[in-house]
Amino acid sequence: MSGIAAQQGHGPGGAPRASAYVCEAVSCLSARSHDITVGLGEAVAEAGLTDVAIQRVGCIGLCAAGPLVRIPETGRLFRQVRPDDLAEIVDALATVSPGAGREVEDTFFASQLRIATENFGQIDPERLEDYVERGGYEGLRTILAERSPAEVRDEIARSGLRGRGGAGYPTGLKWNTVAKADGAPKYVICNADEGDPGAFMDRDILESDPHRVLEGMAIAAFAIGASVGYVYCRGEYPLVVDRVRKAIRDANRAGYLGASIMDTKFDFDVEVRLGAGAYVCGEETALIASIEGGRGTPTPRPPYPAVAGLWDRPTLINNVETFANVAPIIRRGGDWFASIGTAASKGTKVFALAGRVVNTGIVEVPMGTTLRKIVFDIGGGIVGGRAFKAVQTGGPAGGCIPGQFLDMPVDYESLLEVGSFMGSGGMIVMDDTACMVNVTRFFMDFMREESCGKCVPCRVGTTQLWMILDSIASGEADLGDLERIEKLAAMVQRTSLCGLGQGAPNPIFSTLRYFRDEYVAHITDRVCPAGVCSIDAEVAVG
Amino acid sequence: MTVHTLRIDGIDVAGTDGQSILSVASESGIPIPTMCHLDGLSDTGSCRLCVVEIAGSKKLAPACTTAVAEGMEVTTTSDQLVEYRRTITEMLFVERNHICAICVANNHCELQNLAEDLQVDHFELPVINPSVGIDATHPLFAIDHNRCIMCVRCVRVCDEIEGAKTWSVMGSGINERVVTDMGEPWGDSTTCTSCGKCVQVCPTGALYEKGRSIAEGSKERRPFLPYLQMLGGEGGR
Repeated sequence: MSGIAAQQGHGPGGAPRASAYVCEAVSCLSARSHDITVGLGEAVAEAGLTDVAIQRVGCIGLCAAGPLVRIPETGRLFRQVRPDDLAEIVDALATVSPGAGREVEDTFFASQLRIATENFGQIDPERLEDYVERGGYEGLRTILAERSPAEVRDEIARSGLRGRGGAGYPTGLKWNTVAKADGAPKYVICNADEGDPGAFMDRDILESDPHRVLEGMAIAAFAIGASVGYVYCRGEYPLVVDRVRKAIRDANRAGYLGASIMDTKFDFDVEVRLGAGAYVCGEETALIASIEGGRGTPTPRPPYPAVAGLWDRPTLINNVETFANVAPIIRRGGDWFASIGTAASKGTKVFALAGRVVNTGIVEVPMGTTLRKIVFDIGGGIVGGRAFKAVQTGGPAGGCIPGQFLDMPVDYESLLEVGSFMGSGGMIVMDDTACMVNVTRFFMDFMREESCGKCVPCRVGTTQLWMILDSIASGEADLGDLERIEKLAAMVQRTSLCGLGQGAPNPIFSTLRYFRDEYVAHITDRVCPAGVCSIDAEVAVG
Repeated sequence: MTVHTLRIDGIDVAGTDGQSILSVASESGIPIPTMCHLDGLSDTGSCRLCVVEIAGSKKLAPACTTAVAEGMEVTTTSDQLVEYRRTITEMLFVERNHICAICVANNHCELQNLAEDLQVDHFELPVINPSVGIDATHPLFAIDHNRCIMCVRCVRVCDEIEGAKTWSVMGSGINERVVTDMGEPWGDSTTCTSCGKCVQVCPTGALYEKGRSIAEGSKERRPFLPYLQMLGGEGGR
């Protein structure tokens, strides 16, 4: 990724008249958007446009239509850009004039409120200058100059920010707990081990705006009294690792990280630690074990990491998106943040829209936005105009929400009420071609694979739950199995050691609650209503 | 040292700061079933048999790793807890291949005793029936993975008492296994001191001495293992 000529056409001293922003986050990159960046640079040069800049930017958001190119001066968006579309873009760039009106924004963008993703599609993620130009590291500068750690913690508490990793623990309370815990040194860890199927919010944030997360971590470190931080990053995200490492190097060089930050007594060093592919390492005690160099398995809590975490020292662990919200809160105030969202869930939430929805991509909306707005207005509805069936939130430990709750506000509490859970923000939309038994079997297969094996209920239970689900999907089960699976699921939920085992049965509970008839159809009629599961007639006779 | 008074199953008891519920209960003669726990070794909280209810908490807590607190109200036995313990026992039996009649530990087996105590006499859960092997390459001892319940006492005693760190855990989930020297055959191990502690602490017939017949019941665990009492750490309290 390094060493590309991302910026061209800047005249000596003067902003370009027009620019083309090419998305180079991983989704567009995999659709060859880098070729577009290079091709556009050549085409612009060929056309003799010297006052035009071609710039690489982070995720523009509408992943379904990548590669994306945007002309920020007019707001015009080019979708699914192929090499033969370059001429059209060059033409558009040639005609951009200062007085030109802006194009009407697509509903996909117009209905969103961007805080954590405010720089998405606006800056080159590998250029520190771009981040600073948009107010980056201003929050850190302000607190170092004007605030005490306690004041910073108060500001975060006042904002009502809650953990974006899933459980929604109040961030201010967590910071206060770590700050007050005995022991030194203290550590800050950014949990970037995003592993839920269909979730890619954290990846996109780190790919598109890595400095924002580093600034959030630095502010947190100042607030709790830490001087060392780790970004625990999923090993399967090589682009994230490259960009975060570059961001750390650049920030160190510019004095935003490292020793004596901005000429104060505050030191903060950040390092990247790579996960080796285990989903359970997103669980904080397993994550700590992994950073310490041990086997990534969870340990019973208490003691909580806030009291005895990394190397048994007080440790603050927050998710990528949580840290991404910190700098805006410091810049604009906790009260401003608290004015957005619902009574108990403040601010916005970033969701990764995936599945059978037209506009798959990254969206950020205020807490309390209805599912209908997210799926139908922003998401553009179901692919091919088919019928909506359910939306799965919360990852493999979440639940499937049926159509009757489409007008429900999406926040921590409402999702729990309907048997799902916020999780990190993955939203998988399903249409009437999805078989809920098969979906549940898929998630249980995932959990069975990802169980670390330490505790008995999760190690054996997830495999047994999957075996029963498999026999239901194959038409080999009887109604007694339905009772058996409910009983076993409850036991695994109550007795497992960590959140993985405790959450693994959730898809079973939620699909049995809303789609029990599909289970019964598989068992008594030996038919898969969605036509997904292959039920062998020969076997079924038994 | 701070002392806490609390109530376990309606009985008033006292425990020191940091002492586990399990330890206080056993001093007071209140039985809580365990499997991964062994006095003298560190606790992992992994078998989940000792989970208890604590008033005011919705979550179940493992008695072995939960410290006592002032005024705590603990319930060690309820219909629900017994039901869960029976299911865990059943899981331990069906995850691998336990055939008591041909096992060296028959009649001296902690898993067998547990099943008897909890009256687990049949299985309802799906039987996993994996294909796992035996490592008989060591001159004195052998491991039959069919009988292993992943309590990892062998891993802990080898690390914490003998200091050899021969045993560790490999694989994940249902494919987790205890291994010697990161997966090398036991007989080729350059770290194993052949002390036999792993065999002595193994609750089932998974680890056993070679050269004895099943009828001898060679697996009877020694009632007193001095090294656990003398060298044992925190877990032994």
